[in-house]
Amino acid sequence: MSVLVNKDSKIIVQGFTGSEGTFHAEQMIEYGTNVVGGVTPGKGGQSHLDRPVFNTVEDAVKEAKADTSIIFVPPAFAADAIMEAADAGIKVIICITEGIPVADMIKAANYIKNKDCRLIGPNCPGVITPGEAKVGIMPGFVFKKGTVGIVSKSGTLTYEAADQVVKQGLGITTAIGIGGDPIIGTTTKEAVELLINDPETECVVMIGEIGGQLEADAANWYKASGSKKPIIGFIAGETAPAGRTMGHAGAIVGGSDDTAQAKKEIMRACGIHVVNSPAEIGKKVAEVMAK
Amino acid sequence: MNLHEYQGKDILSSFGVRIQRGYVAKNANEAVAAAKQLTAETGTGWHVIKAQVHAGGRGKGGGVKLAKNLKEVEEIAGQIIGMQLVTPQTSAEGKKVHQVLVAEDVYYPGASETKEFYVSVLLNRGTGRNMIMYSTEGGMDIETVAEETPHLIFTEEINPATGILPFQARRVAFNLGLEGTAFKEMTKFVTNLYTAYVKSDASLFEINPVLKTSDDKIMAVDAKVTIDDNSLFRHKDYLDLRDLREESAIEVEAGALGLNYVDLEGNVGCMVNGAGLAMATMDLIKQAGGEPANFLDVGGTADAARVEAAFRIILKDPAVKAILINIFGGIVRCDRVAQGVIDAYKNMGTIEVPIIVRLQGTNADIAKKLIDDSGLDVMSATEFQEAADKVQAVLG
Repeated sequence: MSVLVNKDSKIIVQGFTGSEGTFHAEQMIEYGTNVVGGVTPGKGGQSHLDRPVFNTVEDAVKEAKADTSIIFVPPAFAADAIMEAADAGIKVIICITEGIPVADMIKAANYIKNKDCRLIGPNCPGVITPGEAKVGIMPGFVFKKGTVGIVSKSGTLTYEAADQVVKQGLGITTAIGIGGDPIIGTTTKEAVELLINDPETECVVMIGEIGGQLEADAANWYKASGSKKPIIGFIAGETAPAGRTMGHAGAIVGGSDDTAQAKKEIMRACGIHVVNSPAEIGKKVAEVMAK
Repeated sequence: MNLHEYQGKDILSSFGVRIQRGYVAKNANEAVAAAKQLTAETGTGWHVIKAQVHAGGRGKGGGVKLAKNLKEVEEIAGQIIGMQLVTPQTSAEGKKVHQVLVAEDVYYPGASETKEFYVSVLLNRGTGRNMIMYSTEGGMDIETVAEETPHLIFTEEINPATGILPFQARRVAFNLGLEGTAFKEMTKFVTNLYTAYVKSDASLFEINPVLKTSDDKIMAVDAKVTIDDNSLFRHKDYLDLRDLREESAIEVEAGALGLNYVDLEGNVGCMVNGAGLAMATMDLIKQAGGEPANFLDVGGTADAARVEAAFRIILKDPAVKAILINIFGGIVRCDRVAQGVIDAYKNMGTIEVPIIVRLQGTNADIAKKLIDDSGLDVMSATEFQEAADKVQAVLG
């Protein structure tokens, strides 16, 4: 078991023939991911990377039975790409694009709300189920198969955590990069819930950062769920000044309850094993799992 | 992108939101001319001279003053322009005032009492929708109101599919205790304000105070407007509104080089790929006994040119006693980054502060060997903790 993506996922790439789309589609295919085609409006009928190009997501769903999409469309058109995928019946939509206007995401989030789909991102590294499917931009070799699930807002910090976990002789079920924007499709709580409910996942690493309430919501859900599966948590940005955006558009301390310290306190109170140092994530996972 | 009050008011006004009118002036003479024109157009006798800087609490620092005649306009404008304005929201040295807004006096006596309200529009991150936040307690610091009298703050969340609905605008006006002409004016005010927010792709509108005048008009007396940077591609006309004098010079320079840089107070500079890892690296510096001097995300392509640009930016800060480079090579290979660091170092001649380079991920071992064999005064590390220990050792 794993969550969101696996070897049977039928994946299409939106923005397939662009430079980003091409580069990462190649990497995904090389990893062994089941990429069944891609979408670039106006290039339908062509072939790219030995796979069919479709004009619309609807065509890709009809003809290639696509159920998962990864989006590399430029920011001005990315929200539209999300809505098109949702409309076509794609079940898992993973949006990598960074820099989508907030107003566009408000619209897209509202549009997909009552559709039977799950959006991951935007502004995220994607999702990987090691050995089965890499639907993202992460370096595949860092992730080895195992029983630890990872949820993170950040790309390179996800790789860092996975690397530390693997170096402890452990591995990953699925790593989910939920993205660092103010509006994202899947929240920390939803991603944690998926992993807690996954029978194969024995432990969850939850990496957050300053800004917003997502980690607190996840922590409160975890406590209420009564789950015995351990969660190891880290919040980046203890040293970030209030009121400044730290790279990720969503990473800004707005009040006293979204600082790193406040989030860590809530997480501890909810039974999460919080590490203060980002260098101790792997060690803590091994320690907790050995108990 | 943050705007000045006068720029924000211009945008509001273009969407039919009533504003306290005024003209911007760069010196005392322009201020007098602005005052004369304003009197001719509005009949105002008195004028308010308001410093235009990107900081709230301007009145508390002496940046907003009332002038009762043209001589006072000239005097006050002369005092305010060029001053270092210190407010609760600026640093201790304050911000230099380059221009003032000469505005009409809107607190004139009349049939009814004037009243101040607070109205803002912003994103509710929890629901992914915009909301109007408003209060009867205008003219005050909203954080104070939230703390002392939270029941006097109301919110109205807007469905993006419908926009603001008439009943919602009425609810705002009712909750603010208005009636008659002022009630109608307020419904129009919030409706147009919300439309302006959406159409201008703003990420914050804070109007404090919104004034009910003695003749029952509703208007924006101040305006704090922030535009979503990601939307600027479709608002080319707003690009000119950016005032680089209001931003940190070094951050502007870094931005032009494509580096995401935030200047901080500490003594250890850092250069990292990825925002989350950059924040985590800052935290690690602190735990190693240092203080981060900056946030710097070099992004996906950490080649020699970018690394050198980042070095130069970091080294502009004389407080920097060490530099930690932390790159997790995924798609970007560590040996390339290492070569970039070596080339940049050689290009720059000597760098006076110790440098710790931690490269992890693709080809990390080759990268470490490159650094170790380079003969440069650069320490290498592969593990996160190892890098922290080296920072600690360097700081003594």
